[in-house]
Amino acid sequence: MKEIVVISGKGGTGKTSITASFALLAGEEIVVADCDVDAADMHLLLHPDFAKAEDFYSGEISRIDQDSCTRCGKCADACRFDAIPVIDGQYIVQPLNCEGCGYCARVCPEDAIINLAQHVGEWYISSTRAGNTMVHARLGIGAENSGKLVARVKSESLRIAEETGRELIVVDGSPGIGCPVVSSLSGASLVVLVTEPTVSGLHDLKRVYQLVKKFDLKAGCIINKQDLNPQVTLEIEEFLKQEGIAHIAGLPYDETFTRAITQGQTIVEFDTGELKNLLVESWEKVKQLTISD
Amino acid sequence: MKIAIASGKGGTGKTTLATNLAGYLAEKSRVVLVDLDVEEPNSGLFIKGEQIHFEVKYKMIPEWKQADCSLTPAVQGDLISGQIPGSGSSHICGLCQEVCNFHAVLQLGDQILVFPELCHGCYACSELCPTNALPMIPRRMGELRQWRIGSLDFVESKLDIGQEHAVPLISETNSYVEEHFPDETIKLFDSPPGTACPVIEAVKDVDFVILVTEPTPFGLHDLRLAVDAVRTLNRQFGVVINRHGIGNDEVVDYCHRESIPVLALIPNDRRIAEMYSRGELVYHQFPEVRQQLEEIMNDVPGKLQDKAV
Repeated sequence: MKEIVVISGKGGTGKTSITASFALLAGEEIVVADCDVDAADMHLLLHPDFAKAEDFYSGEISRIDQDSCTRCGKCADACRFDAIPVIDGQYIVQPLNCEGCGYCARVCPEDAIINLAQHVGEWYISSTRAGNTMVHARLGIGAENSGKLVARVKSESLRIAEETGRELIVVDGSPGIGCPVVSSLSGASLVVLVTEPTVSGLHDLKRVYQLVKKFDLKAGCIINKQDLNPQVTLEIEEFLKQEGIAHIAGLPYDETFTRAITQGQTIVEFDTGELKNLLVESWEKVKQLTISD
Repeated sequence: MKIAIASGKGGTGKTTLATNLAGYLAEKSRVVLVDLDVEEPNSGLFIKGEQIHFEVKYKMIPEWKQADCSLTPAVQGDLISGQIPGSGSSHICGLCQEVCNFHAVLQLGDQILVFPELCHGCYACSELCPTNALPMIPRRMGELRQWRIGSLDFVESKLDIGQEHAVPLISETNSYVEEHFPDETIKLFDSPPGTACPVIEAVKDVDFVILVTEPTPFGLHDLRLAVDAVRTLNRQFGVVINRHGIGNDEVVDYCHRESIPVLALIPNDRRIAEMYSRGELVYHQFPEVRQQLEEIMNDVPGKLQDKAV
């Protein structure tokens, strides 16, 4: 079982369009996991059927029983997150501020505080029109623990791949370098970095690659919109060489990406020319890199 | 006035808008631009100035002092003989592990292990320890810098690689800005993407949120999530559509249906993308962009007054 994880550091580089194209090309061969749970968009291209949905609970949130509360204020003093203000004479836990540490409940002399399991989102198992099994999720507003939801999406993908005898899992990862990305990267056989030749693209690529390196993972890179700034493209290529990152492909600055999204299609369906060919070649290269040791 | 520039989806032009708006406003007013996208801060690539401040930022995490812990035989002796009065604890303790909801404190035999990357800094283990064996100590999480160019200040925080929690650094950065800039300074916050905890931390105390999106199904989908988030926080907000002219009209239609003000439309133009790619501000060279910035600022104070009335 091999896992291909596509990440980008910076948003808007074309990561999801490229990952969805890979999913379409691979069809039944793979399980697709959308681990960009905070702003999951891949379903807008792959149109999964949401066949199975399940609630996801993670962490806790505190609630004060106003009937037993004596307004002593010990909970508010203990709380490091300013989550228990006094509103109209009552101490009330603010769910968006509450970290779920449960400290308030421990110091309450009246046992008036209970901790409730927190509903942070849903996750789904679907079939897509490309024949993939897709595992995806939706995180609630302001939720903590997105890393745990990512871990759940990944573990379900792995289970399904094992049960159905599929050799590859393709993961659409999250932006940034924080907990959801760290979760996305765990167990990756190959990390595909999607970048663009902008000062921000290069900056974010370098930062996220430090994380990839920390976990000692094999990496390849796709430079999207490569003709937008040939100078920065050269700098990126130089960086790839220095770090021993495989240069998988360079794609042109092409509004076809946006037009395909607007039609709710992947690029390889919408375009039948050069762009499609480049993505077909990229997918073949990604597979080879994943399998080779 | 505190304005956050946010977006559900990444890469929609949040940083472009934040940096250009900051430059534009600084022509007439004192402005501070704050990059709260601490995982991948980019605004600093567009604002060049003289660095006037640098500090390392720390978060507080517990450190185990074996010599003070009741798992240590000598301390157990003191406990039993009553030399540590009022502790009320049985001599085999492990309370710290029990109170940690994040599994950041682990008891292994007579040893306590602390996992700093799992710690949320709630202080429960430290303050509830009967023998004060887990004092909180500062641990590095990132860096904060401040630059100045004319009447524009720029504050940026950068999370260290390997740190998973952005929220404490965002919160520290907000406090820094609160302490160092008077109320009259216009404060712009370039926020992290998404709708999870880092964004909430970034926008929860601002007067107005500008949501930047693009006119595509991705843009619309993520805008809806962002709108849910700012409505949950009860913030005033409006939408700026970037790359206007590409994609379709669904974002505009959505905003009209929901009575959300569309503050500006920034045209889709490859030349703007090229300038962005070089780290340049665009409003000097594109009068139509400058005009859109003007319209945003004509709209925003009015919206704030509406609320005050």
